Amino acid sequence: MSNPQTGTAPPSPSGRAAGSAASSAGAGSTASSTGSAAGTGLGGALLSSTDPAQGARRRTAWADGVDQLRATATTEPGRLRIIGAVLAFLVLAFGAATAWQVADRSAAARDVVARSQPLTADAADIYRSLADADTTAAAGFLAGGKETQATRERYENDIATAARLLAKASSNTSGSDAAAHQIGKLNSLLPRYTGLIETARTNNRQGLPLGGAYLRYANAQMRDELLPAARGLYTTETARLGEDYDAAKAWPWLALSAGVLALGALTWAQRRTYRRTNRVFNRGLLAATTASAVVLLWLVAGHSVARSGLNTSYESGARSLKVLNEARIDALQARGDENLTLVARGAVVTKDQQDFYEVGYRTGMRDLAGPGRSGAAAANSRLGTALTLADDDTGRRPVREAVETVRQWQARHAEARAADDQGDYDRALAKVIGGEAATGQSFDRVDSRLAQALAHEQQEFRRAADDGRGALDGLVAGAVVLAVLGATGAVLGIGRRLSEYR
Amino acid sequence: MRPGDGDMTKRARGLRNLRAALAPVAAGVCVMAAAAAVLVPVLGSDAPAPRPLPHGTSTAHADATAADCTPGNAAASLRPSPDDGPAVDRIKARGRLIVGVDQNTYRWGYRNPATGDLEGFDIDLVRAIAEDILGADPKITFRAIPTNQRIPALQERTVDLVVRTMTINCARKRQVAFSTAYFQGGQQVLAPKDSSITAFDDSLKGKRVCTAAGSTGESRLAEERHGARVVTVPNQLDCLVRLQLGEADAVVTDNALAAAQAAQDPTVQLKGKPFTDEPYGVAVNRADADLVRRVNKVLEDYRDGGSGSRWMAAYKKWLQADLPGITKAPEPQYSD
Repeated sequence: MSNPQTGTAPPSPSGRAAGSAASSAGAGSTASSTGSAAGTGLGGALLSSTDPAQGARRRTAWADGVDQLRATATTEPGRLRIIGAVLAFLVLAFGAATAWQVADRSAAARDVVARSQPLTADAADIYRSLADADTTAAAGFLAGGKETQATRERYENDIATAARLLAKASSNTSGSDAAAHQIGKLNSLLPRYTGLIETARTNNRQGLPLGGAYLRYANAQMRDELLPAARGLYTTETARLGEDYDAAKAWPWLALSAGVLALGALTWAQRRTYRRTNRVFNRGLLAATTASAVVLLWLVAGHSVARSGLNTSYESGARSLKVLNEARIDALQARGDENLTLVARGAVVTKDQQDFYEVGYRTGMRDLAGPGRSGAAAANSRLGTALTLADDDTGRRPVREAVETVRQWQARHAEARAADDQGDYDRALAKVIGGEAATGQSFDRVDSRLAQALAHEQQEFRRAADDGRGALDGLVAGAVVLAVLGATGAVLGIGRRLSEYR
Repeated sequence: MRPGDGDMTKRARGLRNLRAALAPVAAGVCVMAAAAAVLVPVLGSDAPAPRPLPHGTSTAHADATAADCTPGNAAASLRPSPDDGPAVDRIKARGRLIVGVDQNTYRWGYRNPATGDLEGFDIDLVRAIAEDILGADPKITFRAIPTNQRIPALQERTVDLVVRTMTINCARKRQVAFSTAYFQGGQQVLAPKDSSITAFDDSLKGKRVCTAAGSTGESRLAEERHGARVVTVPNQLDCLVRLQLGEADAVVTDNALAAAQAAQDPTVQLKGKPFTDEPYGVAVNRADADLVRRVNKVLEDYRDGGSGSRWMAAYKKWLQADLPGITKAPEPQYSD
């Protein structure tokens, strides 16, 4: 800094500055004289200076500032000061934008893992618990006086789980949103549902067919009111998960643009210095450029890795979890309808005279494994999709086993239906709620395999999402430190040029 | 999501509309079927233009008089006969009687959850018929069929008989044959004991009245609403659920079914008198004339003995508590 350059003398500052100031003033006045009277900015400022009567009124701090800037820009040191300030500002702005946008994405990625995905899983559990309660209630009803303690406990656990998760979900939602509405609805309907089930149970124990009518009514409440509300909650939570994913994956355009702008400005400043001094390197500016480039590269690389991690977590985790949850619910509903076919005993039929609940069972099975009754699941069925989405053998095995068990279930169901259609209700009942070789056993196995697959996918999801989130670690702090260093470099670099004029 | 109760009502309404739309078609089909029944023997014998056969003429069909059916003579059936015919032979050859029954109607045909067995007034009658055809300790297959499967099940011969609180009427007689009436039922109002509703009259004004979709009760309410608001449900028993939950104030259904409901809830009772005439009969495929005669013969025996008859024994066992005041079985009417 203290070593003034002697080899090539700097061009006369006064001459050049005067010339450029004159030309710029000329351009300004030309613009103001030929432009519209309502010219603003520099033109307006110029105009106001030539018209003091008006200027007194229109003179603003902004115009003052512009005038001062214009005055400063008339000399090279002044211009250098402006350039230094702008460069420092651009580098700092880049750092700030990076820190802000990356922090924002990190927060969204954290929300994916810590908030919206667990809430989505909870909503799926609420849905599943309710469907399971309904299915279990029907099974217990069919067993009548022989209802086992295990069935009774399973029903009660389902209701308790649903109530607990509803309370949890409720504390995670603000009062006005769609989720809160669904939660409120579920909270008011759940006691009513359990009341209907108890009445059904009581009547059934007394040997009154009215019990069956109550159970069907409870099932209709579940099917038409509770489950749609639970599905609504699940959809809302899934949408929120999608939003968090999108927020976490969105490219930080502002930071990237600021980075490109800062680098562009630094390059221009160095080029300008080179043109005027023939010196290739200005160490301060070079440091600022390097720091900015590092931040920009880090940003691009870190965000790309994070995005890819989140994409993986979505592709192999969240999507699998979604389809597996839906498969589990389909299985539950098919099972519930299978039970209800024997409860309703033909009391409810569809428009084309088929048993309402048998039709429901078939719909559930079709959604679950496709229209066929044997072999692999159809590609577009839930289990088929789950198999495609599973990306390792640990994930595929339970799904394959679930498909096999679904086929076994369908074969047993056909036997049960045949027995019932023959009028052999007892054999049909044994085939559905009996122990070994009953459809109930197949259903339990399908459910446990799907639960196993869900646990695996949950793990996969968490791992991929954590990997993705890790890629952004340190970037916020790094961006801030490097931006401060870069800005300092720019200021020092320009200051060195400035010192040559002292 | 699948349709449930709300949708069931809607669906049932759709079904009704469909039924209304199809009624002329169905009637046309029936007329054609009747014409064909007359035409077949005629064409076979190269006779001139077909003409209706005189009343009482025995034909291949159990009920040639279906076309002349009026509400007054609807319950008339073929004279009883103990003789075996093709239908009875078929049952004997099989060694098993297959009967369509209800398993949801308390006291008539329902599955006792404690024993898993079907029991009730209808079931006792089925046993009597089976014993007559197949001898002591007969094999019976009970097929639980829903209300609207009663006629298709007979037409497709998945059952030999339907004994399922089935009302004899002219529309049904065009599709299936009936035995003589084994019970005289009628639509009646059921309401809580302390209700201000007194009968099927203007005391229903402003009340919510529940009835099964597609039932006689529903069509009667459509004709005479008495200012009531009608609630339809898939099955008549669902009405008692609605009544108990305070979603309905009264039920309109057959007195037999209403009595079955009252038997399950001591706080409700039948109100007023039956306002329609609904004789219940055993339904048989129209081609099985011999089986109709055989069932009528069983019914003759069943009614025989006045207050000591098997009919009265079944009545006392299953129905008297909630449907008191009946002293004897309905008198049979014969068309030939």
